Amino acid sequence: MVDAKDEADIKTEPVSDGFGNNHANDARLLSASPGSSAAAGNSKPAAGAPEDQQTLLAVLQFLRKNKLSESAEILRREAGLPEEVLDLKGGDSAGPGQGGSADTDGGDASSLLSRVTVSTPGVAKAPTKAGEDQPDVNVVLSAYSQQGDPALYEVYYSGLKKFIESVLDCHRAELSQVFYPLFVHMYLELVYNNHESEAKAFFEKFSGDQECYYEEDLRVLSSLTKKEHMRGNETLLDFRTSKFVLRISRDSYQLLKRHLQERQNNQIWNIIQEHLYIDIFDGMPRSKSQIDAMSGSLAGEAKREANKAKVYYGLLKEPEIELPLDDEDEEAENEEGKPKKKKPKKDSTGSKSKKQDPNAPSQTRIPLPELKDSDKLDKIMYMKEATKRIRLAPDNLPSICFYTFLNAYQGLTAVDVTDDSSLIAGGFADSTVRVWSVTPKKLRKVKTAADLNLIDKESDDVLERIMDDKTASESKCLYGHSGPVYGISFSPDRTYLLSSSEDGTVRLWSLLTFTCLVGYKGHNYPVWDTQFSPYGYYFVSGGHDRVARLWATDHHQPLRMFAGHLADVTCTRFHPNANYVATGSSDRTIRLWDVLNGNCARIFTGHKGPIHALAFSPNGKFLASGATDGRVLLWDIGHGLMVGELKGHTDTIYSLRFSRDGEILASGSMDNTVRLWDAMKAFDDLETDDFTTATGHIHLQDNSQELLLGTYMTKSTPVIHLHFTRRNLLLAAGAYNP
Amino acid sequence: RRRKRRKVRKEEESCSVFSRIKSFCVTHVAMADREERRFAEVSRDSIKLMAESTGVDLADDVAALLAEDACYRLREAAQTSSQFMRHAKRRKLTVEDLNRALRWSNVEAVCGYGAQDVLPFRSVKEGELFFVEDREINLIELALATNIPKGCAETMVRVNVAYLDGKGNVEPQGTVPTAVQTLSDDLLKYYQQVTRAILGEDPHLMKMALLDLQSNSKIAALLPYFVYVISGVKSVSHDLEQLNRLLHMVKSLVQNPYLYLGSYVRSLVSSVMYCILEPLAASINPLNDHWTLRDYAALLLSHIFWTHGDLVSGLYHQILLSLQKVLSDPVRPLCSHYGAVVGLHALGWKAVERVLFPHLPAYWANLQAVLDDYSVSNAQVKADGHKVYGAILVAVERLLKMKALSLSQSAEGGANAQPGSVAGSMGYRVSSPGLSPPSEPLSETVLGIASHLQAGGAGCPWEEWSPVPLPAMYSELYSFFGDSLAVRFSTGPGFGSYPPCAPACFREARKEPLGPVANPDTARKMPQLTANLNISPRQDGSPRTDPPPPSLAATGAGRSLARSSSVQRSRSSSSRSGQRSAGLSRDVFPKARFISSQSGPPAFSFVIGGRQMGRRCQGRRPFQTTFSSTSSLPANPPRAYAHKLPVIGRVGKPVRRWTSSHYSLYLPL
Repeated sequence: MVDAKDEADIKTEPVSDGFGNNHANDARLLSASPGSSAAAGNSKPAAGAPEDQQTLLAVLQFLRKNKLSESAEILRREAGLPEEVLDLKGGDSAGPGQGGSADTDGGDASSLLSRVTVSTPGVAKAPTKAGEDQPDVNVVLSAYSQQGDPALYEVYYSGLKKFIESVLDCHRAELSQVFYPLFVHMYLELVYNNHESEAKAFFEKFSGDQECYYEEDLRVLSSLTKKEHMRGNETLLDFRTSKFVLRISRDSYQLLKRHLQERQNNQIWNIIQEHLYIDIFDGMPRSKSQIDAMSGSLAGEAKREANKAKVYYGLLKEPEIELPLDDEDEEAENEEGKPKKKKPKKDSTGSKSKKQDPNAPSQTRIPLPELKDSDKLDKIMYMKEATKRIRLAPDNLPSICFYTFLNAYQGLTAVDVTDDSSLIAGGFADSTVRVWSVTPKKLRKVKTAADLNLIDKESDDVLERIMDDKTASESKCLYGHSGPVYGISFSPDRTYLLSSSEDGTVRLWSLLTFTCLVGYKGHNYPVWDTQFSPYGYYFVSGGHDRVARLWATDHHQPLRMFAGHLADVTCTRFHPNANYVATGSSDRTIRLWDVLNGNCARIFTGHKGPIHALAFSPNGKFLASGATDGRVLLWDIGHGLMVGELKGHTDTIYSLRFSRDGEILASGSMDNTVRLWDAMKAFDDLETDDFTTATGHIHLQDNSQELLLGTYMTKSTPVIHLHFTRRNLLLAAGAYNP
Repeated sequence: RRRKRRKVRKEEESCSVFSRIKSFCVTHVAMADREERRFAEVSRDSIKLMAESTGVDLADDVAALLAEDACYRLREAAQTSSQFMRHAKRRKLTVEDLNRALRWSNVEAVCGYGAQDVLPFRSVKEGELFFVEDREINLIELALATNIPKGCAETMVRVNVAYLDGKGNVEPQGTVPTAVQTLSDDLLKYYQQVTRAILGEDPHLMKMALLDLQSNSKIAALLPYFVYVISGVKSVSHDLEQLNRLLHMVKSLVQNPYLYLGSYVRSLVSSVMYCILEPLAASINPLNDHWTLRDYAALLLSHIFWTHGDLVSGLYHQILLSLQKVLSDPVRPLCSHYGAVVGLHALGWKAVERVLFPHLPAYWANLQAVLDDYSVSNAQVKADGHKVYGAILVAVERLLKMKALSLSQSAEGGANAQPGSVAGSMGYRVSSPGLSPPSEPLSETVLGIASHLQAGGAGCPWEEWSPVPLPAMYSELYSFFGDSLAVRFSTGPGFGSYPPCAPACFREARKEPLGPVANPDTARKMPQLTANLNISPRQDGSPRTDPPPPSLAATGAGRSLARSSSVQRSRSSSSRSGQRSAGLSRDVFPKARFISSQSGPPAFSFVIGGRQMGRRCQGRRPFQTTFSSTSSLPANPPRAYAHKLPVIGRVGKPVRRWTSSHYSLYLPL
């Protein structure tokens, strides 16, 4: 049903196009469409109310066809249409080909095209084409069926190119943004209408002009030369279904509009109206570097409205935990231990007395699991460790320990380390998950049920007694997946492990019994990444189906679906306050989702390749992202701005991690290096005057070299995971790759 | 038709990476317009061929359409599969990736190509035919084979501290980078000017350039280029002048305090080694003074090594290995041997002791043959031989001097150490190894294992090497050089006049060590000695196959004692014990009384002078002992202290614990 409705919505689009190119979405932008357009000109008088009516009729017709007469009746009554309209319409469509939806499509298209034909004489074949198409693709692509003279495409394009090259410098950079989407749509139009040779020529001639960061997409595009290929091509569908978003200053936009109107360049104007979303802003046109910093994603930049929602990026209040007086086991270091112990107490009380962070969400915005006793113990351990934490600074860099996976035979696909750095887990291409203990404490299973019955449940060390010493070993292997394990994540309490695999499932493993507890099915396609929430219980997963899902461990179905990415969700991260989820995608955007309502709160564009690493700063204010383009970008979540670009890596960045206090950002890459960046400086140097925050046009200085604190090579081992221990020792992991 | 197409498509996909069936592997792939289209295209002919092989006859236009579609599907599959590659965090696209892509687009996977090996892609010249070789495997042979392949080693995790406080060794990443990074114009100009000046005619300019190279702080980006230029030594081996200049360049770069040479050290060292060892084209002419070049290069090598040796791990051993290789290669010309000897000499007396000394007996025969040949035709070679002879003499002289000095020094160092400390207690049970002929093979093997463990089984050829006691060494060397060696050492005043001391007074004597030896010459060289100790801590302490039992006990004990401290510590302390075990001072070398150990009689009288200190080190008094090397005597001292020593057999346990802890994941940090 959902599909059907979408279909209907899209179907109405061409109708309104035919009437005056006056899309509801574009109405704001396009106060006056080029009057010279023959089609628009002709139907102009009829536009307005009839247009709405037409849409309604289309919907009614659709309902009719699907035998939803009741809904149709209701809609008709609410719209105040006379009954015969419905009947008449129904009769109409029933006339030529009631049988299948494909035929109706054809009918629709032909009726719409009869209006367009005025300007495009060669369109008569369109209906027959539409007939053979599968309905959904046809609908998506049908916008391309209107066409001009294929020979003129080059003329149009080069005319616009000439114009843009001749405008003032300040406008040129902005207007140049139009090239890429225009180029793609014109090329697709040519291909769709079977002008193969013209399309090829067009591509050869102008593909070189496009920005280098679109190269990947252009390669896909160039292999597409037949209409049949367009069917089922995802990249293409993305391009059509989502409007390419451009940000252009008002002045530049006026220039463009005037030019197109003067030249009566309808072909281009139509594309701009139908397939582009131009976000006009008042003020200075942006410079080339400003534009380049933000562009590169599959669907242009983010609309400004998309990043307007308030994000509660503050941290949740830590629960109050009394630090118990030290037991006898620490007598030895009591002397020096005491003053230290007081400190965290003070700190914690200090933060308690502080007012709640205004940027923090309310404590109960997302229901969180209650702390268990063991969690409290762990928190105490954490605080103790935190007092021994090394304060990192540019002149006090962390030591790096490298966990090398040997004999992995190129099969290591994911690594995770527990927060207390006591366990390390690897996901492998042979569908296994292996867990190692990094401390002398071996991994033990719980005893069998029969043996458990014999245990004295009242004893103090019952937790110790339930463990079976016979099973102690340094590592354990978990079998259950039927495809490479692409993502793994430990639960914060170290009792569970999540793994996501190519087989489309996410599995929850118990680290007490070392067995699989649940298999979460829902993605149905490879699941690229998964992560536990910092408070446990919830987890997020994202995969090839372009959807990120929020789950709770005790529900077999997802609680939220975060849909909006135009390509695979490649990595997922929880915000430290568990109220938000960040997802990176192959569409080269990062989205921040609100866990409460499932809304997309932020869209960050600027990467030029699929995003493979994300990291939130410990204070929750910033996000770092790394992609196949080898760059790390820094984002201010509150303002929705890009605040830094760290260049240096020469290959895909697979891991990012902030130090525990957020001073240092570590990035690990396929180029066999770990690099450390001065995160403090990157965030401090920020110029946050009102203008930049208002418009979102940050001017980034190129200071990667200053921010780079060190480059550390591995022994031909790609770095696929990084982790700061509680004392700020940096752990890196990867498989030796001879 | 659809089914057909799918089949063809699949075959196509397979043909880019692999081919399916032997009869089918004849594919016809043409790289069309390589420049514009970066894709492999499947030609119409290939499609027709494939169709034919399945018994279908295709019309031209159908084949063309199919070919185009096959190309498109192929690319689509390649694109999807690359996604699996990226998520598997690999750089290499595997057959498995492609199969996954196929599976998710509802095409059946292609089986049989999971092997990791590279499939050789062959071509038949006539007819532009390409195919993947598919060898026939004899299954019977395979099934009945006796060498059953071992299973894959288990996946495991190992941890190592890669960088401490953000500092650490940068591992070599190849030698000279071929990738040319963009240089600013200024730098490029500087580079050109400097290289031109150094390799040019004007000596004044050259000096200027070298001086600037030595002190310029902004040339880090040019380092690869300079290293590359220097690696050109191989191409100018006929021109000593140029070689010299390049070596000067190395020196300047090494001395530049602003440059971090990193892994380029390796490259520089290999260039310098080339100058030391290679039979240069210029050495054919006896008028060319390539000896000086070799000397200079050797000096440079030692300089690089002392200052930058820590940048590349294992460099020292690599150098030693290559020097040893040259030395043991009789085919190489004498000038190469000369280079090896001066190289070893430059690396310090330990290198000489380790490599040259053990090798000397074998080498001596060759050298002697050359020196003894008085024919005219041999004159040139003989002259070279004398050069080598001289070099060896100088090297062993310093070896002996330094060894003696180090013994006295370590004895002093031990005296300063706290009683009860590892070093102190070690000194106590030290005894002269000279009193012990190799007589107990049983304990040898025990020690051999232990030392092997400690050395970590790195497989070095000198693993089973052990410090030869000084007197033995001297006697052996004396057998080669005769008095030309002896004249280089002053004779101790009236040694031998001391009354012989019975073993019974041995202990007391030890408490009263000799006074310090005043030798300003050798004393000045001490810093170098300590540096040597630091850099190659593991060169000692692994006794070779015939160590005397007493020193054996000492080293074994030292090892087990030091086990409680860190590994490094244990190494250094055991090495110290090894040195001290000789317990000799240099000025007591008897000139004529030494008899070659090889031809020596079963018993000889022997005077030991030196300093030994007891645990309490109350004073120093000269002592000397004369004893005959009966088999019972040498065993005596260790037995006397046996109760203070751990049993040798016990050594095994801590060692094992240490090795296992090395493999464990636990990181005591």
